[in-house]
Amino acid sequence: MQQIKSVNDFVIRFANVNGTGSASANNLFAKTIFRMGLPVSPKNVFPSNIQGLPTWYEVRVNDKGYLGRRGGVDIMVAVNPQSMAQDIKGVEPGGYFIYDNTKPLDVRLHRNDINLFGIPLTDICRREYTDPRQRQLFKNVIYIGALAAMLDLEFDVLKNLIHDQFKGKEKLISPNIHALELGYQYAEKNFSCPLGIRVERRDMVNGHILMEGNAALGLGALYGGASVVAWYPITPSTSVVEQFEKYAKRLRIDPGSGKRNYAIVQAEDELSAIGMVVGASWNGARSFTATSGPGVSLMNEFLGLAYFAEVPAVLFDVQRAGPSTGMPTRSQQSDLLLSAYASHGDTKHVLMFPATPKECFDMGAASFDLADRLQTPVILMTDLDLGMNEHFSEPLEWDDSQRYDRGKVLSEAELEAMSERYGRYLDVDGDGICYRTYPGTHPTKGSFFTRGSSRDHYAKYTESSEEYVDNMERLLVKWETAKHYVPQPEIRPAKQSTDIGIIYFGTTTASAEEALDILSEKSIHMDALRVRGFPFNADVESFIEEHDQIFVVEQNRDGQLRTMLINECEINPRKLKPLLCFDGLPVTARWIVDGIIGNEKTNNVIPLSKEVTV
Amino acid sequence: MTYHRPEFRHPDLPTNELGYTKKQYEGAISTLCAGCGHDSISAGVIQACFELSIEPHKVAKISGIGCSSKTPTYFLGNSHGFNSVHGRMPSVATGANLANRELIYIGVSGDGDSASIGMGQFAHVVRRSLNMLYLVENNGCYGLTKGQDSATADVGSMSKKGAANPFEPIDLCTLAIELGATFVARSFSGDKDQLVPLIKAAISHCGFALIDVISPCVTFNNNSSSTKSYEFVREHIEATGKTDFIPMRQEITADYEPGFSQEVTLHDGSVIHLYKKDENLDVHSRLSALQAIYKCKEKGEILTGLLYLDPDCEDLHEIIDTVEKPLRDLDEKALCPGNASLDKINESLR
Repeated sequence: MQQIKSVNDFVIRFANVNGTGSASANNLFAKTIFRMGLPVSPKNVFPSNIQGLPTWYEVRVNDKGYLGRRGGVDIMVAVNPQSMAQDIKGVEPGGYFIYDNTKPLDVRLHRNDINLFGIPLTDICRREYTDPRQRQLFKNVIYIGALAAMLDLEFDVLKNLIHDQFKGKEKLISPNIHALELGYQYAEKNFSCPLGIRVERRDMVNGHILMEGNAALGLGALYGGASVVAWYPITPSTSVVEQFEKYAKRLRIDPGSGKRNYAIVQAEDELSAIGMVVGASWNGARSFTATSGPGVSLMNEFLGLAYFAEVPAVLFDVQRAGPSTGMPTRSQQSDLLLSAYASHGDTKHVLMFPATPKECFDMGAASFDLADRLQTPVILMTDLDLGMNEHFSEPLEWDDSQRYDRGKVLSEAELEAMSERYGRYLDVDGDGICYRTYPGTHPTKGSFFTRGSSRDHYAKYTESSEEYVDNMERLLVKWETAKHYVPQPEIRPAKQSTDIGIIYFGTTTASAEEALDILSEKSIHMDALRVRGFPFNADVESFIEEHDQIFVVEQNRDGQLRTMLINECEINPRKLKPLLCFDGLPVTARWIVDGIIGNEKTNNVIPLSKEVTV
Repeated sequence: MTYHRPEFRHPDLPTNELGYTKKQYEGAISTLCAGCGHDSISAGVIQACFELSIEPHKVAKISGIGCSSKTPTYFLGNSHGFNSVHGRMPSVATGANLANRELIYIGVSGDGDSASIGMGQFAHVVRRSLNMLYLVENNGCYGLTKGQDSATADVGSMSKKGAANPFEPIDLCTLAIELGATFVARSFSGDKDQLVPLIKAAISHCGFALIDVISPCVTFNNNSSSTKSYEFVREHIEATGKTDFIPMRQEITADYEPGFSQEVTLHDGSVIHLYKKDENLDVHSRLSALQAIYKCKEKGEILTGLLYLDPDCEDLHEIIDTVEKPLRDLDEKALCPGNASLDKINESLR
C-alpha cells in the first residue's frame, strides 16, 4: 500500500471528546515539535460546550516555515467514537489512521487506501489504572508516547516537558512519564517504527515563542499602560482580560503598598463595559475592553458617542463566526463592516489588523497611543484562530526608552499660561485634532461639557447647521490625519513582474503566503498586500491602481474588506475578485490555491481568466 | 426661566472657606420649563457644594439623557461634565471614578433614565458600591418626548391626557436598599431645607449614595390627579425627620430632644444628625427603612428624608484594592514593566 513519506512536513489531527484532558496532551505533542527546533502551528477546533462533544486538534509541521493550515490530514489520531466515521474519511490517501482498537473498527469504515494502526488504549488503561479519571486522562498521554515512537520524536524532550508542566506538582511527573512509556513500548513492539512520516531535529526556532494572540494582546495592553479594564465574558475574547490580569498580578503591584496599579471590573454587559472604558478614558486613564461580535453590536451606541464627542477608547474584537450566536467557537473575519462603521449617523473608526502574537502585542500597546493621539475609538480586529491558538511567533520586545504618547492634553500650567479662550473643539493645528483637558486640571480654565449632541468649538450646545457641518467636516480632516498614524500595509512583491495582485489581512496571512509560493511554482506570480490598518492609506489605493486583477481573500461571506476598499478608495470594483472562506475553520493554503486557479471545489469564486493562468 | 442673568452680584455676598461666593458654583442658564422641579435640585447642588467649600473643578458631573440629564450644564460651570448615553450614566461614572478616585462624582439621572432603559446599570452600580452621589430627578414621566408615563409612575396616577397608569411603579429607594446601597434618601424638589443637608451628607459619604428626588414636571405631569404633582406631593409628604449635616470642622450646637435623635459620624469626621419623627426608625437598619417606606405607602403617603445609611462601607476602590494614587496619574514607571520582564516571559513561552 501507498504510504505518505515525509520528513518534517505533515498535518496531524487528533479527534477527541471535549472535557477529557486531551488538550494538554495534544499541546505536549506540539510543544515537543517546537522544542525539536521546528516551526509548528497547532489549531484547536472545539465545540461550544464543556464536556462530551467532539473536539479536534490539528498540528501543522514543516521545516519551510509555513504556519497556516495546509489542508488535508496525513495522520489522524482518532480517540472519539462519535466522530470516527467523519475522521477516517478525512485522511489523505496513503495517510495514517491511529485508533483505539480495544473494540474492533467497524468494517463499514475500513478504507484500503490508508494505513491503519490500532492501539488498545482503553485496554491498557483498564489494566494500569483503577481510578476512572486517571483511565481517561492517561489514555491521551499513552497515544502521545506511541506517536513518539511512530514519528521519531525525541523522548527526552517529552520527558523534560512533563517536568516543566508539573513544576510544583512533582507527584504527577512519574505517572505521566510512565504513561508515555506505555505508549512508546506498545508502538515499538507492534509497528515498524518510525512510519513513513517522521520528525527530525532542526535549528529553526531562533528565539521564537509559542503564544496565544489573546495573551499577547493582554500583555500588550499592560505594556501600553492600560489601567482600567472593563469587560463582559464572551468567547473567544475572555482570555485577553484573564491574561492581562495574570500578568498584572505579577507586574503591576505597587511596591510600597502592595496595592494594584490597575482596576478590572467585570461589567454586567458589554454596553456597560464600553461605557466604563469611555468614562475612564474621558477622565485620563488608559482603558480597554475585549469582546467579540455580539459585544460589538451592543457597544455601537457608545462607539458613536466616543467618535462624535472625541473620547479615546480601545476595543479588542476577537472575531468569531456570526451572525447572531453563529458558531461561537469557530473563527471568522466577519466584524469588519460592523466595526468600521459602528453606530448610527456618519461614523467611521480606526481599525488595526494583527496577524501574529508579536503584532497583537505591538498593536495592542500602540492602540492606546493611537486612541489618545486621535481622540477616538481604536478597534483591534483579531479572531479566534489568532487569539485562542498558540502561534509560532517572533519574541516580544519593548523599547525601554519609549514614552507613551498621551496626545494633545493641556496641563494646568499650559491652561494657566493661556490668554485666549480655550475651545475643546477648536482645530488650532489644522489636523482635525483639538486639545482636551482632563477633569480637575485647573480651578477656572479648561472645563467643558462633553456630550453626544451637537456643539460649537467651545463645547457649547448648539443646533446651528453651520456649526454642526463644520464639526462633521473637521472629523473628516482628522480621518485624513489618521491615515498617517495607522499601521502601514506590508507589501510582498512577486518574484517577477505581474499585473495580478492579492490582498489579505490577519490570520489569512500565513496560508496566503504559502499559497503564493505554491502558485509561483505553477508560474502564477502575484504581488501581495497585507492590510494592517484602517483608514486605508495611499499605498493601498496605488497597489490596486497598479494591478489589473486583484484577489481579496477574506474569512467572511460577503467580502467585507472588499466592500470597504470599494467604499473608501476611488477604484474600479470589477478589479477586486472576492475569495471567501467562511466555514469557521482557519483558511488553508490549498483552498486559496484552488480558488485562484479556479478549481471546482470552490464555488463562490470567480476564477482567474484563462489568458492569465496560461 | 430667564434668558439673561445679570452679571452683577452684590459685593457683600457671603463667601465660603475658599473665599468663593455662590457665583463660582453656578452653571449656564437653565433651558428647562419655568417652574421645573429640576432647577430647584440644581440650586440645591449649588448650595450644598458652596456650603461644603468644595473646589468646583474637583467635581465631575455625569448624566444620561433626558430633561434631568441636561441639568449638569446648569450648575458648577467650572466642573467637567459628561452628558452621555440614555441609561448609561452609571457605567461612565464607574469608569471615570476608577480613573481618578480623588474627584467627587455627581451623577444625575431621571426616572426614565434609571428605572427603565438604565435599570441594569442602576442595579449594578449600586452593587459595586461606587463612591458617588446618584441623584434621580423623578417626575414620573418622560418630559423630552412630551409626557409618556415612566416606570416610577404610581398605579392610577393620571397623566395630563387623562389616562391612568395601570402598571406597578418601581421604587428606586427600596430597590437600592435591597441591592446594598449604603446611603439612601428620598426628597422633594420643593423642600430645599430637607434636600440641601441630604446632598451634603451624600457627597460626604464614601460609598454609593442615592437621593431619589421627586421633582414635578410642570408641563406634562403636574395635574392634581398625578401623584408626582406639586399639589399631591405637598399633601402626602411624610418625612423620616429633619436631617442636619454638620461638617467635621464645626461644633454641634443645636439642641436635640433625646430619644428621637440619631447621630451618624461619616468617615471624613462630619456628622449627620437625624431628628426623627418616629422613635423606632433605625437609620442603620435596612429592615427598618423598608418597613417605614411600606407603612407610608400603605397610607398613601410618600416617605422622604434619610432612609438608610451605613457609614462604614467599602467603596469599589477598596473592594478591588487599587492604589491610593489616581490610576490616571500613574506614569510609565508604574505602568510598564519594561523589556527585562518581557525577556523572562518570552523564555517561559519556549
